[in-house]
Amino acid sequence: MTPAVPVSWYLLLAATLFAIGVVGALTRRNGISIFLSIELMLNAANLTLIAYSRMLDVHTGQLVVFFVLAVAAAEAAVGLALFIAVFRQRHTIDLNRINLMRW
Amino acid sequence: METLTFLVFAALALGSALVVVSHKNPVYSTISLVVTLFAVAVLFVMLGAPFVGVLQVLIYTGAIVVLFLFVIMLLNLQPRSRDESRLAGQGLQVVGAVIGGLILWFLIFFAFANSSFAALKPLTAEMVSLKTLARDLFTEYLLPFEIVGLLLLVAVIGATVVARKVPQADATTSYQKPPEGSEP
Repeated sequence: MTPAVPVSWYLLLAATLFAIGVVGALTRRNGISIFLSIELMLNAANLTLIAYSRMLDVHTGQLVVFFVLAVAAAEAAVGLALFIAVFRQRHTIDLNRINLMRW
Repeated sequence: METLTFLVFAALALGSALVVVSHKNPVYSTISLVVTLFAVAVLFVMLGAPFVGVLQVLIYTGAIVVLFLFVIMLLNLQPRSRDESRLAGQGLQVVGAVIGGLILWFLIFFAFANSSFAALKPLTAEMVSLKTLARDLFTEYLLPFEIVGLLLLVAVIGATVVARKVPQADATTSYQKPPEGSEP
């Protein structure tokens, strides 16, 4: 049975998800919402990797996605710990008001 | 049938992704990120990567998103601080970001439109099998695997250190010393 959905549909979906994530990361001011947008972009990249891996009949892409998942977990843990530390000091995670290192 | 499944879950992923970036309350954004991740996991399975789909559900929705929810509840953000973030010029920023996102999307679209894609071959048992995936992971990709393990260890230690409560100089929350001579 040959697949009915061409791989370009998956790639277009991934591109759209990535663009939505970029818009979210640029417009939101809440640190956690920006983090969520970054996770969305990571997931779109994963979808692209899997789609190409399927098209080329190798599973290198799946292994790369495995590593991306692990790095995303590490990134979320450290980033959220940073937000907790910042919140203790400033009582906000609004990125417009965390301007200690801004010129 | 396959096309219908793709369309349903693609629409689900796009719709919930829009909610993720547009909802004001981060809790709802997080919950709708779960929906996006589930829909993308279904697409992973359709692309012949069931193991990655399972990992996506386990790690992303099971661990990372729950971590996000924990932190949101721990921080207990007041509605006041959310309202204050609606600064003047916010609308202009949103318009600019949407235009930037559209330009990005068209760039990717034209890159795709100018390339040719091989027709998908039917899935073989070897492509889907976990055994070949694991064999590659533990032979050819052993070094990256070990490095990722080390990275996770460093991240756990770093997160613990960064989020630790710094002991205050005054004795408001200090440790109560047990009375002298008491046996532990």
